[in-house]
Amino acid sequence: MTDATLGRLGRLRRLVGRSPSALMGIVLVSAFFTLALAAPLVAPFDPTAQPAKRLLPPGGRHLLGTDEFGRDVFSRIVHGARISLQVGVVSVGIALALGGTLGLIAGYCLGVVDTLTGRVVDVMFAFPSVILIIAISGVLGAGLSTAMVAIGIVYSPIFARIVRAPTLAVVQQPYVEGARAIGAGLGRVVGRHVLPNIAAPVIVQTTLSFSTAILSEATLSFLGLGTQPPDPSWGTMLSGGRRFMELAPWVTVYPGLAIALTVLGLNLLGDALRDALDPRLGQPDT
Amino acid sequence: MSRYFLRRLGLLVPTLLGISVLVFVLMRLIPGDVVQVMLGTEAQLGPEQRQTLYRLFGLDAPLHVQYLRWLGDLLRGDLGVSLRTAEPVTAVIAGRLPITFELAILAALLSWVLAVPLGVVAAVRRHGVLDALTHLVGLVGLSVPNFWLATMLLLVTSLYLRWQPAGVEWMSPLRDPLTNAQQMLLPVLSLSGALVAVVMRMTRSAMLEVLGQDYIRTARAKGVSEALVLARHASKNAAIPVVTVMGVQVGYLLGGAVVVELIFGLPGIGWMILNGIYQRDYPLVQGGVLFVAVVFVLVNLLVDLTYAYLDPRIRYD
Repeated sequence: MTDATLGRLGRLRRLVGRSPSALMGIVLVSAFFTLALAAPLVAPFDPTAQPAKRLLPPGGRHLLGTDEFGRDVFSRIVHGARISLQVGVVSVGIALALGGTLGLIAGYCLGVVDTLTGRVVDVMFAFPSVILIIAISGVLGAGLSTAMVAIGIVYSPIFARIVRAPTLAVVQQPYVEGARAIGAGLGRVVGRHVLPNIAAPVIVQTTLSFSTAILSEATLSFLGLGTQPPDPSWGTMLSGGRRFMELAPWVTVYPGLAIALTVLGLNLLGDALRDALDPRLGQPDT
Repeated sequence: MSRYFLRRLGLLVPTLLGISVLVFVLMRLIPGDVVQVMLGTEAQLGPEQRQTLYRLFGLDAPLHVQYLRWLGDLLRGDLGVSLRTAEPVTAVIAGRLPITFELAILAALLSWVLAVPLGVVAAVRRHGVLDALTHLVGLVGLSVPNFWLATMLLLVTSLYLRWQPAGVEWMSPLRDPLTNAQQMLLPVLSLSGALVAVVMRMTRSAMLEVLGQDYIRTARAKGVSEALVLARHASKNAAIPVVTVMGVQVGYLLGGAVVVELIFGLPGIGWMILNGIYQRDYPLVQGGVLFVAVVFVLVNLLVDLTYAYLDPRIRYD
C-alpha cells in the first residue's frame, strides 16, 4: 500500500513502525503524561513535606535523594510534571485561542483587518520571545498564572500565521464562495470548510509549542519569575539546588534531565506528526 | 537591489513604531500605583506629594500625550534615568553592550564553525555513523535547556576539573584577552549548545536538497571533483535556509543571554533587564527590552538583505 492510499492515522502507524525516534517520542511523552496525571499515586512523599535529612544522596527510601530542605527529589519531579503539563495545556490553549482566532478573522475578512493583524503579528515577532515573556511576567508580577498568560500571549502570533494562510486559501475556493452566497455564516464556513483544512498544521504546531512552553516556564521559574517556592516546578528545583550543586549534584541533575527528556519526547513526536500529517514534508531523510 | 533595500527600510518604520507602542503599553500595565511601585513599598506619600510626583513624571497627561513625549525623548536618544542609580539608561546600556555582544557573537561564531561542517559532512555521508551521531547530538542539543547546560558545565569544571573563576569582574578582551577568554569560555559553550543543533540540522537538510538538484548531477557528470561541487556549486544555494535560521537564532542568543549572564555573573544587557525587574527599575527594563527588540529587527533586516545577495531571484516585489 502506498502512502497516498493510507489515511493520516495509517501514515502515523507506519511511521512509528519504521522510525525508532517516533516510537521513542511516543514513549517519552506517554511517560510524562502518565507521571503528571498519576502524580499523587506515583510519588511516595508529599512534594512540599520535609520527611528526611537534608541533601541525602539517591538510594534507600529516597530514589533520587533529598533536596536542601529534606524534601524527596523524586516526588517533587513527579509533581513538577503536573505543573509542566498544566503550563503546556493552559499556555498553548491561550496561544491557540488568541492566535487561532486572530488568524481566522484575518484570513476570512481580509482588507484592513488582515493588514492590522499582520502588523500586530510582525511587531510581536520583532521581540526575542524569551525577553518578551520575561518582561511581561516581570511587569505583571511573578507567579505561575502570570507566566502561563505571558507564554500564551507571546506564542499566539505563531498560531495566527499558521491559521491565516490556509483560511485565506479555503475562503477563496469557489465552493466556499458558493456557500457564502447562499447565506452560510462565519461559523458554518469555519466549522465545515476551514477547520478540517487547518487541523494538520495546528496539531503539529501545538505539539512543538507544548515543548517550548514547558521550556519557557522552566526558564521563568529558574529566574524566580514563574512558579514560586515551595511548589515543585522543575525550573524552581534547579534554581534552588544550584547553590548546593557541588555538595549534592542530584538536586540539579535530575530536574534538568526531566526537562530535557520531556522536551526531547515532544520534539520527536512533533516531527513524527509532521511527517505523518503532511505528506509533502514526510521525507524522513531530509 | 537599491529599490529592494529602500522598500525593506520603509517597512522598518511601522515595525519600530509598533515595538515602541508595545513597550510603552507594557510599562503602563504595571499593577497598582505606578509612583508607589517606582518608589518602593517603604515610601509613605501623602495625596499632595503623590500628585506632585505624578506631574513630575508626566503621568498626569493623557496616555497618547505621554506616549508622544516618550517617543520624542526616544528619538533624541533619551531613554530616561535609572530609578536606583539615577544614571541615564542609554549610558547603562552602552556600558553593558560589549559584554552581551561579545557573548552573542562568540556563541554564533562557535556554532557556525562547529555546525556548518558537521551538517555538510552529515549530508554527504548520509546514513553513515557520523550522520547518526550528528542527528543524535542535534536532538539532544535542542532539548537541553541552556540554564541546565550552564549549570552542568559549572558543576563538571569546578568539581572534576577544579577550575577556579577567572576574576570577579568582567575583563575586556582588549585589556586582557586571556582572562577574558577564561571568563567567556563556559558562557559561550552554554549559549551555543542549542544553536549548534539548529544550524547543523538546517545545514544538513539544505545540503541534501541542493545535492539532489539536476545542476549538481550535471556538474558531477562533467567530471567536476566532489570537493569543487560542494564548495562552488552546492554551498551558496544551501546557505540560503541556513542564513534564515541564523537570523531567527539571534533572538535566541539575545534571550538566552539573560539566563547565561545571570548564571556566570556577566553584567550584560540581559542581566540588566533581569535586575531591573527584580529591583522594579522600570525605565531600565523598558530601555533594555526596546534596545534588544531594535537590534533583533535590524539583524533580521541584514539577514533579508543577505538573502537577496545569495539568491538574486529574491526581490519580494
